[in-house]
Amino acid sequence: MITISKVSKWYGTMQVLKNCSTEVAKGEVVVVCGPSGSGKSTLIKCVNGLEPFEEGTITVDGISVGDPKTNLPKLRARIGMVFQHFELFPHLSVMRNLSLAQIKVLGRDAKAADEKGRKLLERVGLSAHADKFPGQLSGGQQQRVAIARALAMDPIAMLFDEPTSALDPEMINEVLDVMVALAKDGMTMIVVTHEMGFARKVANRVVFMDKGEIVEDAPTADFFGKPRSERAQVFLSKILQN
Amino acid sequence: MFSNFDWDVILRSLPYLFLDGMRFTIMLTLMATGGGIVIGTLLALARLSNIPGLSHVAGAYVNLIRSMPLVLVIFWFYFLVPYIGQWITGASRPIQVGAFLSALVTFTLFEAAYFCEIMRAGIQSIPRGQAQAAQALGMGYWTAMGEIILPQAFRNMVPVLLTQTIILFQDTSLVYVISVTDFFGAASKVAQRDGRLVEMYLFAAAVYFFISLAASFWVRRLQHRIAIIR
Repeated sequence: MITISKVSKWYGTMQVLKNCSTEVAKGEVVVVCGPSGSGKSTLIKCVNGLEPFEEGTITVDGISVGDPKTNLPKLRARIGMVFQHFELFPHLSVMRNLSLAQIKVLGRDAKAADEKGRKLLERVGLSAHADKFPGQLSGGQQQRVAIARALAMDPIAMLFDEPTSALDPEMINEVLDVMVALAKDGMTMIVVTHEMGFARKVANRVVFMDKGEIVEDAPTADFFGKPRSERAQVFLSKILQN
Repeated sequence: MFSNFDWDVILRSLPYLFLDGMRFTIMLTLMATGGGIVIGTLLALARLSNIPGLSHVAGAYVNLIRSMPLVLVIFWFYFLVPYIGQWITGASRPIQVGAFLSALVTFTLFEAAYFCEIMRAGIQSIPRGQAQAAQALGMGYWTAMGEIILPQAFRNMVPVLLTQTIILFQDTSLVYVISVTDFFGAASKVAQRDGRLVEMYLFAAAVYFFISLAASFWVRRLQHRIAIIR
């Protein structure tokens, strides 16, 4: 469903992505990990065109992201994205956060959008908070709202950009639980994260990146069992210490 | 020392001062603020856009306006526009625009440059992630701006925008140079007619002071009320 092929990207003269290629099939969950500054977030933002890239191609459901003729807003509306810092709209109520894009982008009528929003809030366990504002919720609750907001667009795939990195430790699990449930429902997901427990539990594959390169791209069991590259071994030994 | 002052002149001219003068001043202030914010916001969007040339044109306009004294622009506009109108329409004599319209257009275009810089700062104060989130949901430029970025930018900047409006309220007194009867103009006329300069100018100063002061207090209270919970 998502094909990333030989993608390279530069910030000025600094190359941040080097010839990255991987594929995500429908219903697959792929975890992208690696040290900070390795280009994980940049790569995932290339998938829905939030970051432009200079070389290579990315196709989502057969549509080329880098093609200047592609209607990017239309494509983005079909790909859900969850950000590290939630990025809920602070001036709108939780309900309005969920319904706005449905109404303005998909053209749903307000009633259908609210209905959909309510269902998704229930799914992430936040029905009681529909009329609050994002600032009144905890970090974990905000991130669950953000997931619901993305799901409200009926996406064909979901991108998660370090969804738990900005959370207090006691809130990480409530977000991961929602993501695990989503994975088990068969959602196609690319997840940039350091949560190796989550990767073990639901990922089909793990992609390990370092210095802008995809160093390893292996089935989950293989990656945790016997990483082939030294860099991945070093990374895992550091991150799994505690 | 006030014994030979005639304070009664103020009472006698109150209807003229407020119904003619102040009404004009407030109307000019409100309309120029409204128009200035709309045009200023568009200018700010132009300045921040990455369409080649557009940001330079908007930037040049803002810098040009901000480097000219307001009085000069009022004069220039009032005396030159009729000839420009004549030149454009090919009429046989200069097109009369009328002092109010001339003043309104001048103040709107002049204030737009200041409101542009305020709105630009406001837009830049919104984290980049907000625009990315809007884009990721499939919103186009205008939807993202209209629904997500500008409402937040505007709310952040309301205190500054209103402070600028208070300055504009005081600046409108400059229309006296084109003999328009705003509040200050009205006070000035009565002062000269009755030879009561000190009384009238003291009174005018007091009125400007109290209205501006009251508005500042109101802005401060409003600021607390509309703050976005973060």
